[in-house]
Amino acid sequence: MSDSVEPILELRGIQKFFDGRQVLKDIHLVVAPGETVVILGPSGCGKSTLLRTIIGEETPDAGHVYLWGEDACCASPARLNRLRQRFGILFQSGALYSSMTVGENVALPLREHTDLDDDIIRMVIKMKLELVGLRDFENLMPNQISGGMRKRVGLARAIARDPEILFYDEPTSGLDPIATSVIDQLIIDLGAKLGVTSIVVTHDMKSALRIGDRIAMLYGGEFIAVGRPDEFRHPHDERVRQFVEGLADGPIPLRVSKTDYLDDLLGAEAGAP
Amino acid sequence: MSHAAWVRVLERVGAQGEGLLAYLGGLGYLAVDTVWHAARGVFTRPRLKTDETFFQMVRLGVRAVPIIALVQLFVGMTLAFTLAPVLEMYGQLDQLATVVAKAIFPQLGPLIAAVVLTGFAGAAIAAELGTMVVGEEVAALRTSAIHPVRFLVVPRVIACVVMTVALAVLANIVGTAGGGLVAYLILGIDPYHYYHTAVEALLVKDVVTGLVKSGIFGLIIVMVACYEGLNVSGGAGGVGRATTASVVRAIFLIITANCAFTALFYFVW
Repeated sequence: MSDSVEPILELRGIQKFFDGRQVLKDIHLVVAPGETVVILGPSGCGKSTLLRTIIGEETPDAGHVYLWGEDACCASPARLNRLRQRFGILFQSGALYSSMTVGENVALPLREHTDLDDDIIRMVIKMKLELVGLRDFENLMPNQISGGMRKRVGLARAIARDPEILFYDEPTSGLDPIATSVIDQLIIDLGAKLGVTSIVVTHDMKSALRIGDRIAMLYGGEFIAVGRPDEFRHPHDERVRQFVEGLADGPIPLRVSKTDYLDDLLGAEAGAP
Repeated sequence: MSHAAWVRVLERVGAQGEGLLAYLGGLGYLAVDTVWHAARGVFTRPRLKTDETFFQMVRLGVRAVPIIALVQLFVGMTLAFTLAPVLEMYGQLDQLATVVAKAIFPQLGPLIAAVVLTGFAGAAIAAELGTMVVGEEVAALRTSAIHPVRFLVVPRVIACVVMTVALAVLANIVGTAGGGLVAYLILGIDPYHYYHTAVEALLVKDVVTGLVKSGIFGLIIVMVACYEGLNVSGGAGGVGRATTASVVRAIFLIITANCAFTALFYFVW
């Protein structure tokens, strides 16, 4: 990534608190156009919060999100909407509109934001659904297809308007290995062939290594490592190594409870009548 | 009571009052937002969603026709049964149509239609929007630059207000006819006499104030339902709570508004 390129996304000192608990501590990240950045981390490390902050669903308590050089946190609703029209989001559950068919879901962004003819929209629907391998499912309702399929339809909807940035929230969780590969390849192709910038939030290590131009590992609300995938294959940091190799023992505890287990057990007993 | 106890009571009353004001403020804000988006939809792109509005009219209103007609028929019949002995005592049984029509057109028709519609349409809207919030559908709309108020609330509000008024007209006619049924079959009053007495007794004011109120009731039903639905948090339990709350609060607000507007019309018209 050369310094002369204007970054498409920049995070400067993002902090976020929930009920006094700091979820994000001073997050910095610069993403160049066309780059695929994977945000990696264990469950509950703040990945989804960070993504929701970038897309404007949460307001950071400190720091700024710059999209195309424009401060998205201070943008007016109209301005924010104009920015939002230039990016696509794949939600964790797919978030399909349950009252519309698969085809109508993909068509909605086009119907709402463009003047395209119905014939053209129908063609685009078929093209986008073909990309995720679900062209024959156009007329089904979201509750008639599986969770993995809903996610793929969600991706078809996210790319319906050929966005410049795509955000993925756990794109491959709950998918079978073949569908995972298909989605991974699609993310790679979108970046390589169309120059789409992708921000992928995941805890799927295999996917991360496959698709990422860069990987940023989030732990405890901050990036503990940012680098190219090959740097993650043989990491120096013990926490990163534990995560990459999927070890049960290491510096990252499974249990996130703060109180002592024995105290908690005995305290409950002592408190009983 | 001690000084501290008084302070506690005062604190609790204050907190309740603050909660109520915040709630009404939220409703008002949503209402203003709705009017803004509806007005913009008339003049500029993106246009008002007419297809969706008609769809909601059928779903929320047309499907409620049988139940509202049935309920109102029984209300009219009950009214006739209750009032007949009283009128007979004064030798005024032939004026039965007057009291039935005077009770139904300005009051019972609009009010009971609105209460039934709260359960029918309000609960459905709150549950539907709540489920959409829980399923991230509303977030997906917002982040694709589609305003949830324009897309979801405006069509429902227009549909619900129009249909509440239309259903109040139906309720008025069926309710008065229900009274007429009892008058003819049980009390032996001539149907033509009943009809003419009712028409003569009704003033423009009775009909118009009833319909104006039912428009306000429709607005209350749909605004409360949308507000509760869009503010759901906490999964399936939250959707259930929102649905219950929207029915209870809407009925309370409808009856309060009915009292206030009846008093207002009493003084100014």
